Amino acid sequence: MAETFIHNRQLPVGSQGHLASGWWGMLMLIATEAMLFAYLLFSYFYLASHALSPWPPNGPPSLRIAVPGTLILIAGSVVMWWGERGIERGKTRRLIVGLSLALVLGVLFLVLQGSEWKGEPFTLRTNVYGSLYFTITGFHMFHVIVGLLVLAVLLVWAARGDFDANRHSAASIGVIYWHFVTIVWLAVFFTFYIAPRLG
Amino acid sequence: MATIETHRTPVIARAADGSATSQKLQRTWDGKPGLGGWLSTVDHKEIGKRYIVTAFIFLLIGGLEALAMRVQLARPNQTLLTPEQYNQLFTMHGVTMIFLYALPVLSGFSNYLWPLLLGSRDMAFPRLNALSYWVFLFAGIFLYCSFPLGKAPNDGWFNYVPYASLAYNPGPNIDVYALGMVLLGISTTVGSINFVVTLARTRAPGMSLNRVPILVWGTVTASVGNLFAVPAVSLAFFLLWMDRQAGAHFFDSTAGGQPLLWQHLFWMFGHPWVYAIVLPAMGIVSDGLPVLCRRPLVGYTAVALSTVTTMVLGFGVWVHHMFATGLPILSLSYFSAASMTIVIPSAVAVFAWIATIWTGRPVFTTAFLFFTGFVLLFVIGGVSGFMTAAVPVDWQLTRTYFVVAHLHYVIIGINVFPVVGGIYFWFPKATGRLMNEAFGKWTFWVMFIGFNVAFFPMHILGLLGMPRRTYTYADNLGWGTPNLIVTIGAFVFGLGIMLFLVNAFVSLRHGRPAGPNPWDASSLEWSTSSPPPVYNFAVIPMVASRYPLWENRLDDGPDRSSVGTGLVLDKERETIGTSVLDAEPDVILKMPGDSYLPLLVAVAMTAVFTCMLLHSWWGAGIAAVATFLGSVGWLWPRRALAQIET
Repeated sequence: MAETFIHNRQLPVGSQGHLASGWWGMLMLIATEAMLFAYLLFSYFYLASHALSPWPPNGPPSLRIAVPGTLILIAGSVVMWWGERGIERGKTRRLIVGLSLALVLGVLFLVLQGSEWKGEPFTLRTNVYGSLYFTITGFHMFHVIVGLLVLAVLLVWAARGDFDANRHSAASIGVIYWHFVTIVWLAVFFTFYIAPRLG
Repeated sequence: MATIETHRTPVIARAADGSATSQKLQRTWDGKPGLGGWLSTVDHKEIGKRYIVTAFIFLLIGGLEALAMRVQLARPNQTLLTPEQYNQLFTMHGVTMIFLYALPVLSGFSNYLWPLLLGSRDMAFPRLNALSYWVFLFAGIFLYCSFPLGKAPNDGWFNYVPYASLAYNPGPNIDVYALGMVLLGISTTVGSINFVVTLARTRAPGMSLNRVPILVWGTVTASVGNLFAVPAVSLAFFLLWMDRQAGAHFFDSTAGGQPLLWQHLFWMFGHPWVYAIVLPAMGIVSDGLPVLCRRPLVGYTAVALSTVTTMVLGFGVWVHHMFATGLPILSLSYFSAASMTIVIPSAVAVFAWIATIWTGRPVFTTAFLFFTGFVLLFVIGGVSGFMTAAVPVDWQLTRTYFVVAHLHYVIIGINVFPVVGGIYFWFPKATGRLMNEAFGKWTFWVMFIGFNVAFFPMHILGLLGMPRRTYTYADNLGWGTPNLIVTIGAFVFGLGIMLFLVNAFVSLRHGRPAGPNPWDASSLEWSTSSPPPVYNFAVIPMVASRYPLWENRLDDGPDRSSVGTGLVLDKERETIGTSVLDAEPDVILKMPGDSYLPLLVAVAMTAVFTCMLLHSWWGAGIAAVATFLGSVGWLWPRRALAQIET
């Protein structure tokens, strides 16, 4: 009978880890956002493949800022992973440290990106490469900013003592988004900085 | 402060409407009275009804635009409309029907029905559901904001560059369309996320994935498709807006851009979208038609799989909208072949419906007529689609009225007919009253005849060479008589829609009381009262088959679902969370109550886009901050939702 599989089963109540609906919602949001970046990078490769003049117009962009930026983002994801592992065992302080370090590293990434933007000899209006470069890295920066806001809010909640070993779904949900921001940067980094060097 | 419980063994008991349990649930789930309750409700049934009513209002607006065009085209050399007015009318007609009617009306059905079909109390994200509706409504108003000024979008619903570029279209027309579509995309995206998570997590215990109704398969397939496809169109419109307002060059061939990039991005979205606006409607038929044939659907598994297959193939056929753009022959061959393979899953579904009718004992209700009418129109639209999937035929027919005929057979045939049939079918569930059957049958014949008189001659006009999107034509081309017939048919079809609405309005007050299960149907929504109580089910049912209410007569194995007896979840707002494949209970979910935040966040988001349209960057920034603050308030961890313990 239908009841047999349900009798006498203790069930968790409310928002717990990956059982929370929000966790599943975030996975779906990441799926659709990943597609957004896939379409952005499709546009890049489509326009690159149709370019009549050399691509990129000024040669492959410098790695001087982009490589440290990439390492910083990866480091941010690693400390965030470490912080999340902490709260799973009830260590709020470890989560707070992880969030704070990831925030600092994220801001540092933005500063580096900003300095690269400033140093470029072309603008959004110069040619289609400029349009692609500023739009796609801009899309990514916007996602970094949203991610940082998420981390900042999580930091406030963690500092209030809202999270413990049982209840920390919000932190897990925010952290997975932060990992997404890192991973999608790797795709952007490969497209702009590595792919032109492979030709 | 008492700590929040972390675990509980759910009690299984019997409870009906009127019991102590249900009275407690009524107090817990009931919304505020009056305007405040109306603006803050997150009840999926209210939101679903709003979606349907709003979509029908847009259908009427789009219909009036169509009739204005038909009057203009009824005779040669008419001057009722100027070319620019005609451009704006056919553009807004397409935008309205495709984006503001076709998907939202199906979202309405699914919002209303899903938790009832799945044996749950609400969607997985009730507040997100409200947000999705409000953003849809505001995006619809946004898209119409420049219409009264005579500056509506005017480049057709697929909005090709370079005509949509700033140099050729300097007014606000295209900016309204671009920003409005990005805003509408947010509504579609959050709505789709909600459907996917609702299916994955909030089915009644025992409702394994192979037991959900086909409507659920259709809507979840459409939703996953939307999550993958909508970013393409949002991006395309955003890039166009960047070209127009920020001086970018994505579509500008003088600076390395490519006009064809627009067509690729648009149709990468556009073709999956076509399936998103028909698969849930096909699901309506797959669930409704068998009830009226007094038997289960023939080939449930084949139909479910064909639904998913159609969408998967639908992502690989977008170039068939671009056969005439000079792409390499190899590419055209591939996309032509891929488009033709869609015939296979479509035929599987058609034969399943025919076999269901053939081997059943049909009850000739109005809904039955609409469902079977749909099958016929689907076949006609499918055949003309198959024809245009062949490259040489498409080269002859593209940009002619043949394509207009095809897309109307597909969209009206597969969307409007099932929707109207579905309303006849579920109206008694939502309102407690039946629609008038005799009047309904007359309505069907007026709509069916009007539709075919209006759209069948368009095939012939296309073969005679009449181009689409032309505001008038000379009288020596031989197009006058078919056009007059088309116009007459269009008015008859419009009359049919009006008769349907009259029936709905009158039946709302004066219809025969329906009782819980007027069609003697098989799925869970018919086990609650009509209209259902705010909490849907006094106890969460436990499901043992695809047809919980037909088990005794189908005699399909020893297992029996348990409907009146089930899980008592009555401590505040609760429902059960179950595993993805087998629907085994794995958590008791706390559900949020009514809230103004979805409305406020939707207003703030709309303000962001309105300020961008007006180039008020400070305003956009302030509205963005308001959106952020609203979201933080929304997500603030709450004890009532068991998100924190202290």
